[in-house]
Amino acid sequence: MRNKYSVFSLIKNAISYHENWQRAWKDPAPKKEYDAVIVGGGGHGLATAYYLAKKHNMNNIAVVEKGWIGGGNTGRNTTIIRSNYLWDASAGLYDHALKIWESLSQELNYNVMFSQRGVMNLAHNLQDVRDLKRRTHANRLNGIDAVYLSTEEVKKFCPIINTSPDIRYPVLGGTLQRRAGTARHDAVAWGYARGADAMGVDIIQNCEVKGIKRNGDSVEGIETTKGFIKTKKVGVVAAGHSSVIANMAGLRLPLESKPLQALVSEPVKPIIDTVVMSNAVHAYVSQSDKGELVIGAGTDDYISYTQKGSHQIVEGTLNAILELYPIFSRMRMLRQWGGIVDICPDASPILSKTSIKGLYFNCGWGTGGFKATPGSGDLFAHTIANDEPHKLNAAFNLNRFVSGDLVDEHGAAAVAH
Amino acid sequence: MFLINCPYCGERDQQEFKAGGEAHIERPKQPTELSDDEWAEYLFMRKNIKGVQFERWNHAHGCRKWFNMVRDTSNDEIKAIYKMGEKPPAQ
Repeated sequence: MRNKYSVFSLIKNAISYHENWQRAWKDPAPKKEYDAVIVGGGGHGLATAYYLAKKHNMNNIAVVEKGWIGGGNTGRNTTIIRSNYLWDASAGLYDHALKIWESLSQELNYNVMFSQRGVMNLAHNLQDVRDLKRRTHANRLNGIDAVYLSTEEVKKFCPIINTSPDIRYPVLGGTLQRRAGTARHDAVAWGYARGADAMGVDIIQNCEVKGIKRNGDSVEGIETTKGFIKTKKVGVVAAGHSSVIANMAGLRLPLESKPLQALVSEPVKPIIDTVVMSNAVHAYVSQSDKGELVIGAGTDDYISYTQKGSHQIVEGTLNAILELYPIFSRMRMLRQWGGIVDICPDASPILSKTSIKGLYFNCGWGTGGFKATPGSGDLFAHTIANDEPHKLNAAFNLNRFVSGDLVDEHGAAAVAH
Repeated sequence: MFLINCPYCGERDQQEFKAGGEAHIERPKQPTELSDDEWAEYLFMRKNIKGVQFERWNHAHGCRKWFNMVRDTSNDEIKAIYKMGEKPPAQ
């Protein structure tokens, strides 16, 4: 029986010096066979397992993770959540996720610290202005809250931005999605893990997939560092390593894996109470609850799995940040890190069946997968359980690269990919 | 970030170069004969290898010439560099 987290459990455990908290999830050895196995214990994988158990009554399932849960891109992103995408298919997908975020803490009985502090996207040239206005209209037609702001309104919403007309890339306006914001990334992974575990899902860490066993065109199981696991359904949610798993099954995916960097400053008092993104100069910044500035940089343009990035990428981002926020000129940076992002040619994800029966892929989220975590898990669970996509992820199939029906969110998504 | 030994200019910083992705993807000889699946394979599908990969690079801020590279993508170690048209080294 899973104890509920509440103010009373907090008081009760405080009396015993917090030494008697129940384990949030077990540490089981893999069984010989499961009804389905999810490869990858990040937010998306754990959410998939959670919804498979909760909505589709698939409780004899496992999540296998080569490291520790939430240790990949789930723990490495800048935690921005928004749904202001241009195309109808993307708007449907990302807003589905945003709606789940709004009640996720209550549902999981785990505080994911979802904070709807708004996300503002800045325009720095006339084409940006046209693109952002077009996107604002498209968002509103899709029922997504979006407003276009003048330079003065940008300044009013976030007073520390330098709106002087004589900076290199002046602020000509911006868009604002007020329902957007941030969440605590680790808590998302832990909350889903705890929820899935309570419904009987085995979360198996330090278990790397070494091969996918096929019988003709069907999946029979997976070879792992903890032995062979028999299963008829394998859902791969391996982010930057999706192609590595696909190659094991003899598949090729339209992905390139590249390093993406982020960095945080020393903690300071509250100075920026929203998220500001600038596509043209590639700088985005928010402030964590600890007080650190959380800054996202860009990707390197070469394929690499090193989880490092180039110095000039960080330098370019910080140049832009300092031009836009001169007040940060004496901030010291505390930590910098990289994650490997799997980028699709059209900068949209793949949530899809494959040519191999029982093998499903959830990948290609590129630089912006965190925001979609709950929606992605929900829709991928639907796809695996029914062997058919949900209508919201039907457009994000692998076959779109054959049919040409791409969901081109390059630039359109309000952020450079 | 690493150093790249351009076959025409010598050793330069990686930021002078532009990565051109997987090498030795042959352009279809009869494009009109290709099925949609074959087009998808040629245009979009990539090996995206973790390990030793053959790829193209362009010295964009230098001589602007293209060349090939053999690189281990798991640690960014460059194994070999050879000119366009030359046979790839045996691995």
